[in-house]
Amino acid sequence: MSGGPSSGPVRRTAMLDSAGAYLTQVFAVADAEVIKLRHDPTDLISRAVQPILWLLLFGQVMAHVRGLNTTGGDYLDFLAPGILAQSVLFVAIFYGLSAIWERDLGVLHRYMVSPAPRSALVIGKALASSSRGLSQAVVIYACAALMGVGLSFRPVDLALVAGLIVLASALFSTFSLIIACIVKTRERFMGVGQFLTMPIFFASNAIYPLTLMPGWLRVVARINPLSYQVDALRCLMLKGGHSQFGLGLDAGVLLLVTALLIVIATRLYPRLTQ
Amino acid sequence: MDVSPGPIVSAKDLTRRFGTVLAVDHVSLNIAAGELFGLIGPNGAGKSTLMKMFTTMIPPTSGRATIAGFDVAVQPQEVRKRIGYVPQLLSADGELTGYENMLLSARLYLIPSAARESRVQAALEMMGLTDVKNRLVQTYSGGMARRLEIAQSTLHRPAVLFMDEPTVGLDPGGRRAVWEHVRALHREMGAAVVFSTHYMDEAEAVCDRLALIAHGKVAALGTPDELKARLGGQASLDDVFAELTNERIAPVGGGQ
Repeated sequence: MSGGPSSGPVRRTAMLDSAGAYLTQVFAVADAEVIKLRHDPTDLISRAVQPILWLLLFGQVMAHVRGLNTTGGDYLDFLAPGILAQSVLFVAIFYGLSAIWERDLGVLHRYMVSPAPRSALVIGKALASSSRGLSQAVVIYACAALMGVGLSFRPVDLALVAGLIVLASALFSTFSLIIACIVKTRERFMGVGQFLTMPIFFASNAIYPLTLMPGWLRVVARINPLSYQVDALRCLMLKGGHSQFGLGLDAGVLLLVTALLIVIATRLYPRLTQ
Repeated sequence: MDVSPGPIVSAKDLTRRFGTVLAVDHVSLNIAAGELFGLIGPNGAGKSTLMKMFTTMIPPTSGRATIAGFDVAVQPQEVRKRIGYVPQLLSADGELTGYENMLLSARLYLIPSAARESRVQAALEMMGLTDVKNRLVQTYSGGMARRLEIAQSTLHRPAVLFMDEPTVGLDPGGRRAVWEHVRALHREMGAAVVFSTHYMDEAEAVCDRLALIAHGKVAALGTPDELKARLGGQASLDDVFAELTNERIAPVGGGQ
């Protein structure tokens, strides 16, 4: 089977076929999660409470603190994208727990023994987490709109925000999956998860601008992927919003980190069933 | 499936170590295409570890295992296309219905979308699950869940079906139903079936040949009759098991 010039179209068809097969497997994994949420949406509803409280309580009080606001607008406008990013983070960062849970039950074996490439399983799981992130966004948009945040409802902006949430959910849930593959038990995971969430959240620009931070913290915040997500959301969610780092850089950082984490998770995921 | 002249499952000096524990110790055996093969042995003898190596879940420490000629360590993807695996734990998702579980498997195994629906319905019918297919699996009895997992594991018509203690914890009716369906499936598909069990009656009734695993090694290998003949007379498989694993049951009142 030498690859002569005539094999070009044949090879292209074969490549399209295997890409189609790959996507079938990715979406098989992601769909299973969406179906489960449809069967029992209580988890989605209970998780929507926390961001609403942040906006309602924290946001209302902090809006009266002078000096927090550097963008010239209202603090609630500043906060809403940060809270969206935060709730995506909080939902995704405990996603690894469900991987350990699936291992303990035995469900993970069904995935692992299938011929689906490990990367397809990891990406499928990442997209599954995105569906939860998107449902959070709907709640936060509704709440923020009621509170008078100047949201942009341009279709392009909404589509880009959705894409951004899918990407950020994938990033943090894959990060969480990697931790699950390393610690392997629920108890240890809970400890590590709690330990990581707060620094990622507070060492970012989610609820206060970088300019208020001491120098060393600003450096940490600049290497924190959450800051780039928040920055992009501030640009896309708000009417007349703008990005501090540049949308291209934001998207680039998020894409690169996600890709890297998927590569690592692909190697580690099979260790869970060993 | 592959019509290979050699054995469908083959192990040569297959070994797995966990730290200092030798879980599987130089196991060599061949299983023919279409054979019903039983693995018996006490808990911790290495049956599950052996099966996890055959199914690519854990890599061997040394030695070699092949499925339809494909090395489990070198071409795990090719192996996975040709096997079905029903692990000891419940691998069907309790939060999905039986039908949704089947559809998930059909997509993971890349059953062409045009054939998916009919294959899934036929498999559910074959396992006697058509009436309960739209119920969440967490409401299934143990036997129903096992049958669903067998259906999920054979949807792609594997050359070998591995089952790790498929009837443990089931009531007699559930056990009987599982074996009736496995037999029917075996007749229809002709796949080899490799299973582990603690029930000697089950091993004797179901399998063509069996291997007795003790301390990670093959202690005996043959048809149930051959194994019994080694002890002679009226020996049962239980006697063979006790003799070869040194786990003789102390006579009642014979303790200290």
